[in-house]
Amino acid sequence: MADTASTAPEMSGDDGNRRDFLLNATIGVSAVGTLAAIWPFIDFLSPSADVLALATTEVDISGVDLGMAITIQWQGKPVFVRHRTAEEIETAVADDAAELRDPQADADRVQNPDWLIVIGICTHLGCIPQGQKPGEPRGEWGGWFCPCHGSHYDTSGRIRKGPAPLNLAVPPYEFLSDDTVKIG
Amino acid sequence: MSHPTKQFKNPVLNWIEYRLPIFSLIDNSVGSGYPTPKNLSYWWNFGSLAGFVLVIMIATGILLAMQYTPHETMAFSSVEHIMRDVNWGWLIRYLHMNGGSMFFILVYIHVFRGVYYGSHKKPRELLWIIGVIILFIMIITAFLGYVLPWGQMSYWGATVITSMLSAVPVVGDDLTIWLWGGFTVDNPTLNRFFSLHYLLPFTILGLVILHVWALHEHKSNNPLGIDVQGPQDTIPFHPYYTVKDLFGVGVFLIFYLYFVFFAPNFFGEPDNYIPANPLLTPPHIVPEWYFLPFYAILRAFTVDIWGITAKLQGVVAMVMAVLLLAALPWLDGSRVRSMSFRPRSRIFFWTFVANCIFLGYLGGQVAEEPYVILGKISTAYYFAYLLIILPFVSRTEDVDEVPESISAAVSKQ
Repeated sequence: MADTASTAPEMSGDDGNRRDFLLNATIGVSAVGTLAAIWPFIDFLSPSADVLALATTEVDISGVDLGMAITIQWQGKPVFVRHRTAEEIETAVADDAAELRDPQADADRVQNPDWLIVIGICTHLGCIPQGQKPGEPRGEWGGWFCPCHGSHYDTSGRIRKGPAPLNLAVPPYEFLSDDTVKIG
Repeated sequence: MSHPTKQFKNPVLNWIEYRLPIFSLIDNSVGSGYPTPKNLSYWWNFGSLAGFVLVIMIATGILLAMQYTPHETMAFSSVEHIMRDVNWGWLIRYLHMNGGSMFFILVYIHVFRGVYYGSHKKPRELLWIIGVIILFIMIITAFLGYVLPWGQMSYWGATVITSMLSAVPVVGDDLTIWLWGGFTVDNPTLNRFFSLHYLLPFTILGLVILHVWALHEHKSNNPLGIDVQGPQDTIPFHPYYTVKDLFGVGVFLIFYLYFVFFAPNFFGEPDNYIPANPLLTPPHIVPEWYFLPFYAILRAFTVDIWGITAKLQGVVAMVMAVLLLAALPWLDGSRVRSMSFRPRSRIFFWTFVANCIFLGYLGGQVAEEPYVILGKISTAYYFAYLLIILPFVSRTEDVDEVPESISAAVSKQ
């Protein structure tokens, strides 16, 4: 092995810097190449184009009377759309001053106070809270009640009692007209 | 190479043995050429039984995969198709379903036996660590498998468990979406879970080979926990332990097949016979019985501390509850292996076992008082035993007199 290049510093045109450069360049290029090769294997698992294509949903809300609520599916998730009564809005706004676990004003959670739009997934461990249909329990604050571990949400979808850490999330949405909402 | 090759009367066997000494390998692994401590009790049956169930699980699983369809609209029906239309489908499925429960019963006993008799102690640390890794992969495999029938409990169990990943700081939500391959548990999730559920048992099989290899290097521990000192302490594996293991298989099969034939859904949840509905959560989500102790640990954390969310604490604690076992060879500092000679360790050990069962009970209860506070106390004992009690007691207690040798102890009886 004594005659191999790595142990023969006397060879012409050889110096440490050049050798180090070549070595580092080789390692660098291989590292980048390896990472680039691994990436498709990882990203293969990310949501595919057809899944992403369902990223927005348009809803016709003209049939939702005052005090009613509908559940629609957006990205596979349930989205609660509730047509709030004046009384519900009033309580929600009044409770802005109450002690909240995840403080947020009602005005920051709605674009149009008549319509509360939230993702219907309990922020504890992902169950779907009850309170959409008439007859279902709505919890102590008249919003929603999660049957899994007993979280109570108010008429602004804010967490008031129970193990959930956060308010029901507000999805990105916009009113395309008075009757149509685009979610996503 | 001068391996001692076996000599046979049959020239074909000799021809093979000369080129590939597979017969001597078998003989030295599970045959007359493998010396085994002569005092092994029935607690030493559970390793081979677990291996037996692994083979059953792989065999039945391969068959089930031939009739199962991993698609959100067809998975549930394909399982019913296996139950109703496929020849012997009911049997193969019930063997697989109950085999999962049996696997955990056997492995849990196997683990507790190792803790009690100090089977993890020098020189078997690596053997033990490989075992803990096997347990961990087994847990993942069982979870993935439970999702496949795509019933209500499959779907919501998968939702709750995968949502744990969202507790990871900063990247949690993106990580969860990546794991799901969508924005909820959905068809891509089902497909990848099926793929991984098929893969992981073979990973386990590979680890089992390493586990047995490491076992054969220093041979089995024994109820006395003392080293084999010579041939007088051992008997050959075959026929003595082959027949004992086979007897164990017979007893085990009676137990296993009782459930398969007479109470096939005893370990299951009725809710899983309702097809998955992403818009309706069942009121009481519970994991399979073998995860209940870990589920109780997950739920025992309810208060944020120093900005670390309760959710993250619970997830970390649950994972650590398994992985911490790998440190047992160093947590248990006693110079004596077997707890037969360690009176104080023994008391805390059995309290630990009872506590694990109690945690399992708590995991199945609703998250209300008094179960919440009991879950916290029980979880505290689980970790206190491993991190404080065992290290302290094992280093300070007075141990009983340990016999000189296995043969001396055996002949005294």
